[in-house]
Amino acid sequence: MSNIFLLMLSAILTENFIFLKFYGICPFLGVSEKPDTALGMGMAVTFVMTVSSAVTYAIYDLFLLPFGLEYLTTIAFILVIATLVQFIEMFLRKFIPALYSALGIYLPLITTNCAVLGAALLNVNEGYTFIESLVFGFSAALGFTLAIVLFAGVRERLKFANPPKAFAGMPIILITAGLLAMAFSGFSGISFS
Amino acid sequence: MKEILIPVVVFAVLGTLMGIILAVASRLLAIKRDARIDAVQECLPGANCGGCGYAGCASLAEAIVKGEAKINACPANNFENIAKIGEIMGQTAEQSTRMVAQVMCSGSRNIAKHRFVYEGIVDCHSAEVLAAGDKICAAGCIGLGSCVEKCAFDAIAIVDGVAVVNREKCRACGMCVTECPKKIIKLIPYDAKYFVKCASPEKGKVVRDACDAGCIGCRICEKNCPEKAIHLEGDMAVIDYAKCTGCGVCASKCPRKIIRTHE
Repeated sequence: MSNIFLLMLSAILTENFIFLKFYGICPFLGVSEKPDTALGMGMAVTFVMTVSSAVTYAIYDLFLLPFGLEYLTTIAFILVIATLVQFIEMFLRKFIPALYSALGIYLPLITTNCAVLGAALLNVNEGYTFIESLVFGFSAALGFTLAIVLFAGVRERLKFANPPKAFAGMPIILITAGLLAMAFSGFSGISFS
Repeated sequence: MKEILIPVVVFAVLGTLMGIILAVASRLLAIKRDARIDAVQECLPGANCGGCGYAGCASLAEAIVKGEAKINACPANNFENIAKIGEIMGQTAEQSTRMVAQVMCSGSRNIAKHRFVYEGIVDCHSAEVLAAGDKICAAGCIGLGSCVEKCAFDAIAIVDGVAVVNREKCRACGMCVTECPKKIIKLIPYDAKYFVKCASPEKGKVVRDACDAGCIGCRICEKNCPEKAIHLEGDMAVIDYAKCTGCGVCASKCPRKIIRTHE
């Protein structure tokens, strides 16, 4: 049990996907203008990442391992995740329209998100069990949500700041993201053992 | 041979499987979408300004087809497109007058008097909260461009400290009207020739001390208007566009020269 808890904590903080692994920077910069949209994106990623962790685990065990095709994991996972997201989108639109409109445009955006693929690949590389894979996918996505919502809060303030002309717009945003990443790297000094 | 064949077969199976899943799902989970929604959306401006109160043009199109919104619910739409929507929905569109936004202030930097130099967040709301803006006049344009930011049609610009609407680009969505913390942007008919470029309801002396281009409530325009189309509300002249014929008597008589026409 404590093992699972430690896995969660380290996935959220010490191995934060955005700030320490630099996965999923594209949605991180693209969808962090407002905290509510950032939260929407975070929710969508959490949902997809948890489900895809489970599905890719099954694909790896059923298709890749028995045939000795571990070297094709990346391609297989891209295929599976893309299909999965499409399927989830159709499923939600039909049966849970409320959730569909809440996740809205964010779902298709995640289809080729490297954070989702990264979680699936890390699960395999680290040799996690099924439960551990699920927990890792879920908590890594929580870490993503934490990062993007925090950053959206900062960006809201940035909008009214008056930076030098050369820094206005994306440069100051990237610098801010860098500072946040440095702050998060402080977590990596914590040892959980 | 084997090491090539196995991956090819496995991936062919995997790919086909995924393809079948998606194909079946798209059949089973298909939702009948009203074709009219797309047709209606074609007739909307597509700026997603939010002036209609819906999230964007797509959601308004859906609301129109469902009958929740009227065919002319988009304030930024022109008559031609409203008529097209009417055709799609089987309703007749009523001709409505085109409106444009007009900023009721002409207190530019040298004309209005300032109390202090504002050096803060470049946003009208922040300035309004701090000390109601840097101008003495409580109804003067703050000029930090919150309306410019809000405009989806690029129709407002700050010229010499006062917001100015480009009446050709303006689609009268009304977002600037609600955004302005001073509430000095009004929608007037596109054809209106004259407008009072001041929104201060204060007494003459107060206005005179604050700005060189303020309405002092002298009633000269009211007395001289042949159509009785201009009246004082508080101590500020307001034109009733239902009656105004655009003769221009008020503008020529105004001692403060703030009843203006298009430049």
